[in-house]
Amino acid sequence: MTTPALAILDLNKQYDGQPAVKGISFSITPGEIFGLLGPNGAGKSTTINMIAGVTRIGGGHIEVFGYDNRRDYRTTRRLVGVMHQEVVIDNFFTIDQTLKFHAGYYGVRVDPVWRQRLIERLGLGPHLHKVMIKLSGGLKRRFMIAKAMLHKPKLLILDEPTAGVDVELRHTLWEFVREINREGTTILLTTHYLEEAEQMCDRIAIMHHGELIALEATGALVERLGTRGVIVHLREPASSLPAELLAWGAQLDGGGSTVRLTLPPPQTTGDLLDLLGRLEMPVADLETKRAGLEEVFLQITKDAPANGGEPG
Amino acid sequence: MSDPRLPEFIPWLPFYTLFQKEVRRFLRVASQTLVTPVITAALYLFIFGATLGTRISVLEGFSYAQFVIPGLILMGVINNSFSNAASSLFMSRYLGNIVDLLVTPLTPAQFIMAYTLAAMLRGLSVGVVVWLISLFFATLPWAHPLLVVAMAVLASFLFAQFGIITAIYANSFDSLAMYTNFILLPLIYLGGVFYPISILPPAWAGLSHLNPLFYLIDGFRHALLGQGDLSFTTAFAVSILMALALFAWAAILIGRSYRLRT
Repeated sequence: MTTPALAILDLNKQYDGQPAVKGISFSITPGEIFGLLGPNGAGKSTTINMIAGVTRIGGGHIEVFGYDNRRDYRTTRRLVGVMHQEVVIDNFFTIDQTLKFHAGYYGVRVDPVWRQRLIERLGLGPHLHKVMIKLSGGLKRRFMIAKAMLHKPKLLILDEPTAGVDVELRHTLWEFVREINREGTTILLTTHYLEEAEQMCDRIAIMHHGELIALEATGALVERLGTRGVIVHLREPASSLPAELLAWGAQLDGGGSTVRLTLPPPQTTGDLLDLLGRLEMPVADLETKRAGLEEVFLQITKDAPANGGEPG
Repeated sequence: MSDPRLPEFIPWLPFYTLFQKEVRRFLRVASQTLVTPVITAALYLFIFGATLGTRISVLEGFSYAQFVIPGLILMGVINNSFSNAASSLFMSRYLGNIVDLLVTPLTPAQFIMAYTLAAMLRGLSVGVVVWLISLFFATLPWAHPLLVVAMAVLASFLFAQFGIITAIYANSFDSLAMYTNFILLPLIYLGGVFYPISILPPAWAGLSHLNPLFYLIDGFRHALLGQGDLSFTTAFAVSILMALALFAWAAILIGRSYRLRT
């Protein structure tokens, strides 16, 4: 059996008696891009900080590639690279100096080829000798990504890497993340841009009130919980809707020629067409729109009780 | 423990890098960290060496300038060792960039020693420059040169620890300044930099023995001039005990990541 890149078992954390993380367990397979999502205050950053070593573990265990992150912390910290949500910089130094320091803190000599690749891919070249205080917000974020990756971590943690950055950097970043993932780096990311998570992540875990309320493959999660909105254009306007359609939440629109409804799971578009046929309502055209992760996310975080529920 | 998936690990490099960064930090703002304290000490030397000092005599066989120079050198060492550790670590905590260290394989021992040695280097550098400037005003006999170095190193080490401890307990720039203004400065000024404790009334002299700075300053002066209020053994022994106690305190705080990790 392959050793997980990250194995979290019954992880707990309290701040001043208030639980922030409540006994969560999950593991990440090497080579995966794993999304940890949740509303603000769900416990994502606390979890990430416990993995990275910024926050003490309240209870439970964390293993990184089979190493205990308390007992073997010198090894696990070298295996992990973390880009924090908050912009963390040292205003005294330039990008160039700080990158050198950062490799040194990890006990490694800078690999010049890798360093050059990071600088080029993140567009840091023209700014290498600027002190941090003179960098724009976007450049600071780019620098933080380079810093997190300089020591060649096997597990890269990106906590809201695209928060407040422009579209161009988001594209550059995700393209680069995919590239290093293909080369074998495992990725754990959090983001509030759920469309990005849907496109990037192989699996998604959703945290809410410190608990894990969903964990499955991104496609399966959307498929299982996502609804499908349908607009039916009728050949002949109807004056009212039959009870069977009203039971599915349908509404009449467009002077009686359009029916709008959201297919309740497990009903399919085919089931709707069969029903319309039985009701002798001929269809001129039909539009469907599958709900994305955003709707799924809103749905399950709304449904989850404040004191948590069983992880999905 | 090593992992074959990782680049070659150089165990001493995290410590050396943090030490190097700390040294570069104070060199980068040398006008504040090195030049200002040296100018302050030079002004004291001018006042007490070339002006008032010519009219004062507190220690038989020595001019007042010769008496005060050891205290001024040690004051530079103490102030700057303390300030370096305290301001650098507190700023890292305050600005949040301490996380850059917390996520790395730095051990608590490497962490504390890197901050300590950088602070000692700044303090001792200021001390050496103050001594060089003092040569314009008076020369000292250097009665016990090795003990002079030992006391200066001990003082810089001790106040580097105090700086680390202060940086951990301070909650704001105001509270950091309070440690400096209400603890460090009174201890220095009342610790015998400008006068021998022996000329104080008995009650004040007795009280001065509770001031830990008195032992450091007296020991350092004793090593330089060959005379002091205390025996050198007492001054050295008390100083080393204080240094060990503060080191243990700082080591416990850093070892437990007190106020560093949430």
